[in-house]
Amino acid sequence: MNSHIISRAMIGFYILIFLTYLFGPLILMGVTAFNTPSYPQAFPFEGFTLEWFVKLWNHRAMMTGLKNSFVIGVGVVFISVPVGLAAAVIMSQISAKLRGIYYLVAVSPLLTPGVIIGISTVIFWKDMMGMSVFTKTTFYKGTILTILGQSSFVSAYCLLIISARLQRFDKALEEAALDLGASFSQVFWHILVPFLRPALFSAGIIAFLMSFENYNTTTFSILADKTLVTVLAGEARQGTTPALSALAVVIIGTSILGAVFFEIYKRREQKVKNQEAA
Amino acid sequence: MLLLSYLERRKSTDPNTKGYFEKNGKALGTFFICAVGFWMILLIILPYLYMVIESFHPKLPMKQRGGPTDLVTLDQYKSFFIEPSSGDWNTTHFWAFFYTIIVSISVTFFNFAICYPVAFYLAQSGKKMNVRFLMLALVVPYWVNEILRAFSLRLLLTSKGVINQVLLAMGLIDSPIDFLGLNIGLYVGLSYAYLLIMMFPLYNAIESLDKYQIEAAYDLGAPRWKIHRDIVIPYSKPGIASGCTMVFMLCAGSLAAPQFLGGPSTLWFTSIVYDFFFQSFNWPRGAAYAFLLLSACVAFVMITLRIFKVSLGESIK
Repeated sequence: MNSHIISRAMIGFYILIFLTYLFGPLILMGVTAFNTPSYPQAFPFEGFTLEWFVKLWNHRAMMTGLKNSFVIGVGVVFISVPVGLAAAVIMSQISAKLRGIYYLVAVSPLLTPGVIIGISTVIFWKDMMGMSVFTKTTFYKGTILTILGQSSFVSAYCLLIISARLQRFDKALEEAALDLGASFSQVFWHILVPFLRPALFSAGIIAFLMSFENYNTTTFSILADKTLVTVLAGEARQGTTPALSALAVVIIGTSILGAVFFEIYKRREQKVKNQEAA
Repeated sequence: MLLLSYLERRKSTDPNTKGYFEKNGKALGTFFICAVGFWMILLIILPYLYMVIESFHPKLPMKQRGGPTDLVTLDQYKSFFIEPSSGDWNTTHFWAFFYTIIVSISVTFFNFAICYPVAFYLAQSGKKMNVRFLMLALVVPYWVNEILRAFSLRLLLTSKGVINQVLLAMGLIDSPIDFLGLNIGLYVGLSYAYLLIMMFPLYNAIESLDKYQIEAAYDLGAPRWKIHRDIVIPYSKPGIASGCTMVFMLCAGSLAAPQFLGGPSTLWFTSIVYDFFFQSFNWPRGAAYAFLLLSACVAFVMITLRIFKVSLGESIK
């Protein structure tokens, strides 16, 4: 019994250290966002201020970057989720012999460092779009290249998320619908898509977040444009200002809110399921 | 090999075309093939191929590209071993390459070592409510982007940073320690950035292990380390393999940590590639170096999968 208590205490202590390692730096950074000195400093705490949040709000490059990040994120979602869905459907139908090579190509972007995806995207599309003056002036832009580059690996994540759920799909439902005279597109839109909805939803959210916070691929493919993260990198390289800490506070606040909402959503879903079961 | 897989794929649609369109209908079937074809060919295969082709080009001004001087050459790969400007061994880049690999492997092991106990606790012995809360809490730092995480560590580790302040105040040191110059910042930054990438696959793998198996081993008198060595670790192999390959790949390809936390004299391989693109504008050489990095990553993935005897499909889920 005694040794049990000791081992429990040790595990607790270890987890405490682990959490300190994980959260300590973020918490200290959060403190610097509210401290008055212009060099980000956690303590001594010289006075409470919201000045850095105002600075952040008025930072023009960051706001342009934020807008671009948003546009790119939406673009990536609109490419990756349909591609992921199509890829998952094909993967479930492809012959076992080809599945290996299909899978290898599909997950290869996940095993490739982001910088390489960025580099190869720029090299390839520069040649493709450089073919005519029209395509070069209309399409050879940082935001478009970034959407293409990010979609290559985000689609792979979407494929994995969607096909995990697709594997649990009951084929008999589809056959029953077809026997009753439904067309293929009816089966797809009225049976398969509703079944996959939760997976499509989480694939969309994850796709957006991955795109939003990506740095390695984006820094190559963004060319002369900016995203929030590349602006941030430029700022952080030049020096340190508490405005960056303020941004971190905003991001952390948003993601905590998101996590809470997600949890509420999940619990409600669980409740509905339990009621159905009862 | 990439070309081969491309041809394979094109062929793949032929033999079962009839069955395929029967199953999906014309419109949707065409859409599926177009979407996947667009993704695999235009977003994955051709870009890789173009990068490899680029790496066999000489460095030329824009106008001479495609001209008579634009020949296939191995110069870019040779320049990794022998510096073209001086003719000496290119020890700087060579060393940077091995340094990157060695540090990435060490960080991978380190992260595995510190994540394993937590993942085991969460998956096997934690109370349900605690685990749920902890998992939610773990997700939050995951969505703070890499730059800001590096920035937060910078605030801790600079000479005016919190750790130095504390050590000075306690009288343990007389002058601030240059953590960034000693590359400690870089190591901590890499480990910190990819901690959770190791955590989640480990947790998922251990979670599905039957608790009674461990209890049975306890009851039969097995010591704790033996339970881990003989039951938990063999069982969670796919998770370990997937965590290790992801962490290694992200470390070796990391850009933010070396840029913001590395010492002034540190040469990280991705930073060298970055400079070829943005400072010396030598794209072919940058592409050749990028390909070397990619080969190292592929080699690491193969070796890991071989060691753990798991297939690619098992490790990436």
